[in-house]
Amino acid sequence: MDSIIKTESLTYAYRSVEDEHPRVVLQGLDLEIERGTFVAILGHNGSGKSTLAKHFNGILLPLGGKVYVEGIDTSVEETMLEVRKRVGMVFQNPDNQLVANVVEEDVAFAPENLGYPPEEIRMRVDDALRIVGMYDMREHAPHLLSGGQKQRVAIAGVLAMSPKCVVFDEPTAMLDPQGRQDVIRTIRQLRDEMNVTVVLITHHMEETIHADRVVVMSDGKIVVDGPPKKVFPNVEYMREQGLDVPETVDILYELDKCGFHYRLDALSVDECAREILTAFTGAGA
Amino acid sequence: MLKDVTLGQFFPGDTVVHRLDPRTKLILVIVYIVALFAAKTYAAYALVMIVLIVCVSLSQIRFTTIMKGVKPILIVILITGILNLFFTQGEHVIFRLWKLTMTWEGVRTAALMILRLIMLINGTFLLTYTTSPIALTDGLELLLSPLKKLRFPVHELAMMMSIALRFIPTLIEETDKIMSAQKARGADFDTGGIVQRAKAMLPLLVPLFVSAFRRADELSVAMESRCYHGGEGRTRMKKLTFARRDFGALILGAVFLAAVFALNRVWK
Amino acid sequence: MDPIIKTEKLTHVYGAGTPFEHTAIDGIDFEAERGEFIGIIGHTGSGKSTFIQHLNGLIKPTSGRVLLDGHDIFETKERTRETRFRVGLVFQYPEYQLFEETVYKDISFGPKNMKLSEREIDERVREAAGFAGLSEDTFEKSPFDLSGGQKRRTAIAGVMAMRPEVLIFDEPTAGLDPSGCKELMTNIMNYREKTGTTIIMVSHSMEDVARTADRLLVFKNAHIVMQGSPSDVFSHVAELKTMGLTVPRVTLVALRLRELGLPIPKDIYTVEHLKNAIVQLREEGYHA
Repeated sequence: MDSIIKTESLTYAYRSVEDEHPRVVLQGLDLEIERGTFVAILGHNGSGKSTLAKHFNGILLPLGGKVYVEGIDTSVEETMLEVRKRVGMVFQNPDNQLVANVVEEDVAFAPENLGYPPEEIRMRVDDALRIVGMYDMREHAPHLLSGGQKQRVAIAGVLAMSPKCVVFDEPTAMLDPQGRQDVIRTIRQLRDEMNVTVVLITHHMEETIHADRVVVMSDGKIVVDGPPKKVFPNVEYMREQGLDVPETVDILYELDKCGFHYRLDALSVDECAREILTAFTGAGA
Repeated sequence: MLKDVTLGQFFPGDTVVHRLDPRTKLILVIVYIVALFAAKTYAAYALVMIVLIVCVSLSQIRFTTIMKGVKPILIVILITGILNLFFTQGEHVIFRLWKLTMTWEGVRTAALMILRLIMLINGTFLLTYTTSPIALTDGLELLLSPLKKLRFPVHELAMMMSIALRFIPTLIEETDKIMSAQKARGADFDTGGIVQRAKAMLPLLVPLFVSAFRRADELSVAMESRCYHGGEGRTRMKKLTFARRDFGALILGAVFLAAVFALNRVWK
Repeated sequence: MDPIIKTEKLTHVYGAGTPFEHTAIDGIDFEAERGEFIGIIGHTGSGKSTFIQHLNGLIKPTSGRVLLDGHDIFETKERTRETRFRVGLVFQYPEYQLFEETVYKDISFGPKNMKLSEREIDERVREAAGFAGLSEDTFEKSPFDLSGGQKRRTAIAGVMAMRPEVLIFDEPTAGLDPSGCKELMTNIMNYREKTGTTIIMVSHSMEDVARTADRLLVFKNAHIVMQGSPSDVFSHVAELKTMGLTVPRVTLVALRLRELGLPIPKDIYTVEHLKNAIVQLREEGYHA
């Protein structure tokens, strides 16, 4: 497998001042993320998802084990920028990740830090803004934009580094349905059109149905790992994990309990409807 | 509403004053302030005032807008005026009342002092009205860059300023929100004595501080994620460049300063 | 029966007379019956937030009136203040307003402002914490040491402790994980059942309001453009979509099934409904 990110028995714990025992959040975690894939990470609050994500670009360094980005060890100080420009990160609160008070100046922040010449920065900024559909608003002040627009500017700010992989840490949690749709569309576009590897952490099950792979975390460990069509049919298990399943799976699951014999892996509305229909066309029960 | 408050307001425009390099404008404002405080004679004052009026007209910003900047410190100006009025020693006494003496010299000093303060504010506001905050911090960083050799944290200072400017609207909005939330629980920010009011601020200030620290924390992680590692090796998308008009403006500034000193000597 | 809260031609204009003038809500007529559960949906900037802040007197209307039990809440200053206690408002991300040293003190902030007796306050704090799903062993902890979900429960208890007759929530489940959302919604439903409080809930989660509300209001560009029972509102899929809103996925499944020729009723908006409809079809021996 051509992996872009690889963790080897990654362990991490937060030290609190009062407690003698540090709080272990990651317990010997092994994970490989294949180049060009869309991986969704699920888990209830406190399962260690965000802590894991912060290891992908060296914001946090492992207490035990290793993290490699394209073979570069994230714990080596000298190559830190090489790691960070390969793996970009978009966070939950759009307000707290925008640095400048003009959209295009903000998008320029990363390439400026990387020391590119002005003409190249201009090009990168314009390209990134066009990809997320915010080019026409390049001279606006971020605080006057909607949440969804701010989040797209934040994505452009990361794209301006031409990262190989972008990690999204609950990017839609604070957005309205429209903003959520726009951001998810942009995320899919990165993977489908630009071949950027996408890691998406989310609480919204519907956002993961287009993922190639769903990783479920619990207590700092990976408990489920597989394509969404394999993961979601385990409805009871997912609920035990404090998670949920898409409504399309839920309805088939409920009907299955009532004696219909359905496959539970329908993720799209159409798949779900067609599966239900089988019971009435003679093909099913 | 708090949202309507704007600090360091910038009025975009396309005049000579707007187009000048921020460094030029910063230098010229310093020249202007020096001239203002050097002016001792009526003629010198008159020249400074004419220059101010010409600059404001060129910027196409209305005089009433410029004067609005004086409002917040009106009290300071008045107190300064009154102090000068009564505590200036002089021979031409107008009247004496108990221990207060008003002299012609006092009237003159007070008038000039008030005029000086108002013109000082007008001049600096012209700078912030015609220069975007980003251009201003960029200009400042470049102007101060020689100090880097003395280990003075010029880049950090400029970065802090621009982040502060970026977060002012966000924090104002946040203040508004927390105030509403506490009012919804019956908090009263408007009545009571000083002690009571100060106490009533606690439900506002504690969450505001907590949130500011949280934001700072998240922002620093986001900045690091975008490869920020201090000013070293950092380039800028928009390079500031001196144009011919900047040299012209700087020469005019020098002439202006010389003229003020000359007028101080000629008219005694 | 008289409505508990009512608005008449409620209009609010921000920054009147400036270049930034903006009409947030325009002539809103609204009524809520005692004990009703009303869901409000609409995209950001549609006027929802401005509207709900009028209901407890935080924002004064530019024109129009808000009547609580038939009285104008802006009639006198005292009445406006009293309204704050009778109409509770839980803001979005309410945990960001916590400030006291202990959970107990924070919950008692509202009742204290009502100048109640110590005993009354104590009783209300315990009751509210129970409704919000907060155990009493958190009382002496600092609210800042709690988990995100518990912080939110503390803030919600702080408003419930005022025993409001109308309780307004602005996106109570935003940012919680799926089980956190479910538990909180259950807490709110139980609270409503036990106290009979009128509930008004703004939400981006169509699934949440679909399951719980008696009536839905749809805000768009400063107006209420649609209202009715969830089944009425969610049968207008196309219109909702053009407003930047979504409908529950199960509604879309039902719609698709109808397109495929299955005689499913139009007003499906929860998994339960669709399940029942399909089970019924089977019992009728339907065959496509």
